[in-house]
Amino acid sequence: MLTDSIAELSRLLRRRALSSEELARRCLAEAERQQPALNCFITLTPESALRQARAADQVLARGEGTPLTGIPVAHKDIFCTAGVRTSCGSRMLDGFIAPYTATAVARLHTAGMVMIGKTNMDEFAMGSSTEHSWYGPCRNPWDMQRVPGGSSGGSACAVAAGIVPAATGTDTGGSIRQPAALCGITGLKPTYGLVSRYGMVAFASSLDQGGPLARSAEDVAHLLTAMSGFDPLDSTSVDQPARDYAVNLGTDIAGVRIGLPEQYFQQDLDPEIRGVIESALHELEQAGAILKPVSLPSSHLSIPAYYVVAPAEASSNLSRFDGVRYGYRCRDPRDLTDLYCRSRAEGFGEEVRRRIMIGTYVLSAGYYDAYYLRAQKVRRLIRDEFRSVLREVDLICGPTVPGTAFAIGERAHDPVSMYLCDIFTVSVNLAGLPALSIPAGFINGLPVGMQLIGNYFHEERLLQVAHAYQEMTGWHRRTPGGPA
Amino acid sequence: MSLDKSAVERVAVLARLALDDRQVAACQSELNGILDLVERLQGASVTGVEPLSHPLDIVARLRPDLVTESDQRALFQSIAPAVDSGLYLVPRVIE
Repeated sequence: MLTDSIAELSRLLRRRALSSEELARRCLAEAERQQPALNCFITLTPESALRQARAADQVLARGEGTPLTGIPVAHKDIFCTAGVRTSCGSRMLDGFIAPYTATAVARLHTAGMVMIGKTNMDEFAMGSSTEHSWYGPCRNPWDMQRVPGGSSGGSACAVAAGIVPAATGTDTGGSIRQPAALCGITGLKPTYGLVSRYGMVAFASSLDQGGPLARSAEDVAHLLTAMSGFDPLDSTSVDQPARDYAVNLGTDIAGVRIGLPEQYFQQDLDPEIRGVIESALHELEQAGAILKPVSLPSSHLSIPAYYVVAPAEASSNLSRFDGVRYGYRCRDPRDLTDLYCRSRAEGFGEEVRRRIMIGTYVLSAGYYDAYYLRAQKVRRLIRDEFRSVLREVDLICGPTVPGTAFAIGERAHDPVSMYLCDIFTVSVNLAGLPALSIPAGFINGLPVGMQLIGNYFHEERLLQVAHAYQEMTGWHRRTPGGPA
Repeated sequence: MSLDKSAVERVAVLARLALDDRQVAACQSELNGILDLVERLQGASVTGVEPLSHPLDIVARLRPDLVTESDQRALFQSIAPAVDSGLYLVPRVIE
């Protein structure tokens, strides 16, 4: 099991105490060993990994490269990788080899990272458990009978299980933060527009954002530095100067104002989750943070607004899968309509079909105003409330998820109960804000995540607070199978 | 608002999804569950609120009107289910 941080591995690589090729071989061996139990990978890429590792070793031998040179990474199978299958967890794209590479993947490659493989996920990123995958469910390394969360469950699982030190994910309604929380690792959803969406298979374009998953805030900072930045190939990419998110990580957090929304700590919050988060807040207070009660009165509307906006955008985005240009095609179509309808019905899984149906309905004539337009208005209320609270405080804090990892199958046939896992995460996507989940404790041997939400483009501050917390506590260093 | 069977069938036609009777029935109850979940929107006070379609106040960037892509037809068609002579094949549309 690989538990070293990126910084530690980078030091070993630079000292030549370890070669990138040896490290890649170790990760690949660990992936092979744990894959039958965890099912966190859809594709492993040993040949290209060793090729990339040897190239990284040459760069390191010249004393060049970045803190990420030679470090292994696994990419969520939603990021297009030229020459390597990009399935998006779907039968629809089972044989799909993208003709180009996603910018986020290309940037990490340019920084010297070594791709080990592509990780399991809920089909088209729709889900909170990684059970809705054409390749079977992924499992939580802390308890094999439980889900790792989702939709970036394979990525979170691979990091938590010590297979890779870093992975990429995407977050449309919590899909980086929720699995990071349930697997006991650190995951960041950046501000909308910070990481390029080029080559990231689209789910809901006004919400989707790629980001890193790793053990610590420090590791996440290095990954974000390399992943983020302006990309002319993504029309929503924000044109800002490149930044190094790791360089000021040790900045003192004394005086940082943390808002605690009363809606996140209501009566019905699980008392054990409350206990874990309150202890974490106490630690931050000891470090000089100032806790302040705040209110986000439209919080109860975020799930309803999200489950209109996201399916609406999904139904439009997924109309491209028609069985003609790429992807799955049904056998013996009678006519063109039959080709479309059966290719889509057979190629998409149950949850994707369900969301396309809801999205189509809320966009259809006669219902558009009542659902879609109204949800967009509520979206503005939610965003404006965040904006106004973030004028009074530097960041907002609460639980990432209302519980710990649930059992595989427990919610698979009850979509609404699955959607309610996202209660603390979806509003952040509606507002486009950055948010981070960090490990904050355990309940019955299962990790609990704390969410930190920052102002637009204030990732550095979020990472500083998370780093300060991780310097004081050791939750992020716990590993499955270790002492609980 | 509650969806009956024929409404579900109509949405399936719009979504180009071939659902059998069993799937329509399952979909009907699940969609109604989801519509109950989002029903809370109807109680929200949104008078005078402008819809928000995008989280950031940015406008679409313009780029010079120049050809930037090269012809990659062969590459793109290499992943198509059925092609012939550079054309995508579909069932006959015009008799």
